[in-house]
Amino acid sequence: MTAFSRRQRIGQRLINGVAGLGLFYIFLPILVIVIFSFNAPKGKYNIKWQGFTLDNWAKPFAESELTAALWVSLRIALISTFCATILGSLIALALSRYKFKGSGGINLFLVLPLTSPEIVLGSSLATLFLNRGVDFGYVTVIIAHVMFQISFVAVTVRARIRGFDWTLEQAAMDLGATPSRAFWKITFPLILPGILAAALLSFALSIDDFIITFFNAGSLVTFPLQIFGASRVKIPPQINVLATMLLFASVSLMVAGTVIGNRRQRKLAGN
Amino acid sequence: MNATARLATVASRPERVGLGVMVTLSLGVIALGAGWVAGPSAAVVAAAMLATVVGLVSVAFVGGLETRRALAPYGLLKPGILWLSLFFLAPLWSMVVMSLSSKESRFDFFPSFTWEWDNYRIALTDFRPQFLRSFGYAAVATLLTILIGFPLAYVIAFRGGRYRNILLGLVVIPFFTSYLIRTLAWGNILADEGPVVSIIDGLGLQGAFESLNIMDNGKLLNTPAAVIGGLTYNFLPFMVLPIYVSLEKIDPHLIDAAMDLYSSASAAFRRIVVPLALPGIFAGSLLVFIPAAGDFVNAQFLGNPQTTMVGNSIQDQFLRQLNYPVASAMSFVLMFIITIAVLVYTKFMGTEDLA
Repeated sequence: MTAFSRRQRIGQRLINGVAGLGLFYIFLPILVIVIFSFNAPKGKYNIKWQGFTLDNWAKPFAESELTAALWVSLRIALISTFCATILGSLIALALSRYKFKGSGGINLFLVLPLTSPEIVLGSSLATLFLNRGVDFGYVTVIIAHVMFQISFVAVTVRARIRGFDWTLEQAAMDLGATPSRAFWKITFPLILPGILAAALLSFALSIDDFIITFFNAGSLVTFPLQIFGASRVKIPPQINVLATMLLFASVSLMVAGTVIGNRRQRKLAGN
Repeated sequence: MNATARLATVASRPERVGLGVMVTLSLGVIALGAGWVAGPSAAVVAAAMLATVVGLVSVAFVGGLETRRALAPYGLLKPGILWLSLFFLAPLWSMVVMSLSSKESRFDFFPSFTWEWDNYRIALTDFRPQFLRSFGYAAVATLLTILIGFPLAYVIAFRGGRYRNILLGLVVIPFFTSYLIRTLAWGNILADEGPVVSIIDGLGLQGAFESLNIMDNGKLLNTPAAVIGGLTYNFLPFMVLPIYVSLEKIDPHLIDAAMDLYSSASAAFRRIVVPLALPGIFAGSLLVFIPAAGDFVNAQFLGNPQTTMVGNSIQDQFLRQLNYPVASAMSFVLMFIITIAVLVYTKFMGTEDLA
């Protein structure tokens, strides 16, 4: 690289500084959430800093409604992620492995749910259920979540297995493996990390979904719905405690996934 | 040939196994879909699906391996696409029908289809301010995400070195906390006794902020600026990630070559980096603008009754006034405008960058 002039160096510092401010901006609310989980609010709202306490962390499940709502959300996320991961991965496999007529249309069709405002997805699905007289509850929420997760999983998995060398399968078969053995022994292990990553992200999407769930839940209360309802009456510090826990859980899952992925890759490269 | 041997030959052909799995899955999805969306149109859909499954299976068994290979992708696609048709496309259709229906009384929960164009008149006149505010706020928020997101993506892509992935992770991690809680936290930060207001007061900048229309009577919370700020924050990663992806693809040698040819650094930036980053900026703008225009959480938590967006109105009409036709008309208008934008985008840029 050529030597930088003084003006360029200043420009570089400036852009680094702006990026640093950007990161600070991104983390500011997170800091507030974590700090306020140690607050001892006097009133019903955990808005003003009153004093440090560990009580909230000692009793994270003290708010029984909040805890119940968290379990509802986890259960919904587990079921919907399971269904959506299978359906979405099959779509991704079809799109990346085969050349066929209509794949362009399918690509567009997959992107549409991702580029529709959530409020349209939620209200239109609710209209369908209303028209058909379906009772709102677990089933309607799971149907809604699987709907937006399928596209997400398909698009994510497709991106992750782009550039996958499908001739590896052919090579295995040339060496005498049956097609199914070639698939399960060669292809599947290689695309599994992509599928797991997509599943993890769509699990997070499901747990955090508010707008679509709001329209299709009926009297069922998920974690975000509980927070929304509670925010008008009271904001207990346990919300911050549970949010911090969820954050740590998802971050450690992400870190573990990356570390394991890297190790696998190094092992493969070593062989 | 005994049963085990037959099973072994069947299992040795993934196409055939795939076909079997697909048939079972499709039938399951059809049963589920038809059960929950019971009604005449669902029956027609189910019958059509059943017919195609039967047709596919018979073709596959009559034809040889090649036929089965050619059919395999459709088999893999079927269950997922079926789900999307039933619970994404079909609802859009019921939304259109509902938007042209009318209620006989306030408590008529099953409006009947009467070509009631008046719903659209109400949506576009009574709720015009909400529509304008939604698109205005979303546009400003999109601009702000570009201003904040571009330097971040640029520094990560060109200065990140081996810490790139960690830095990217840092950008994404905060968004693993609940959306509503993040927005409530902004409420804490911008509150009247909160840190931001006291810093502004301490520096004596209140007048400046008031003249810029950011503050209102010494308040930051419950102003349009707070709503736009919330939208900007919540959808920022959708801007950073696509820009990063397009910047990462740039070959640094291009910039070196420009410099060797006596281009100034800023010219190299303007004529190489920015044009090559444009696809990311376009994709990011779409990905930020769409959820921002349809959002109602930020306006609810950070705004006041004068900052309601179209999402607030749809939600209020649908869930509280139980006025499904007008809510559907508003949803349709929103969807229509955004779909046109998406189609124009995909016509020029394809669907790849939206992932």
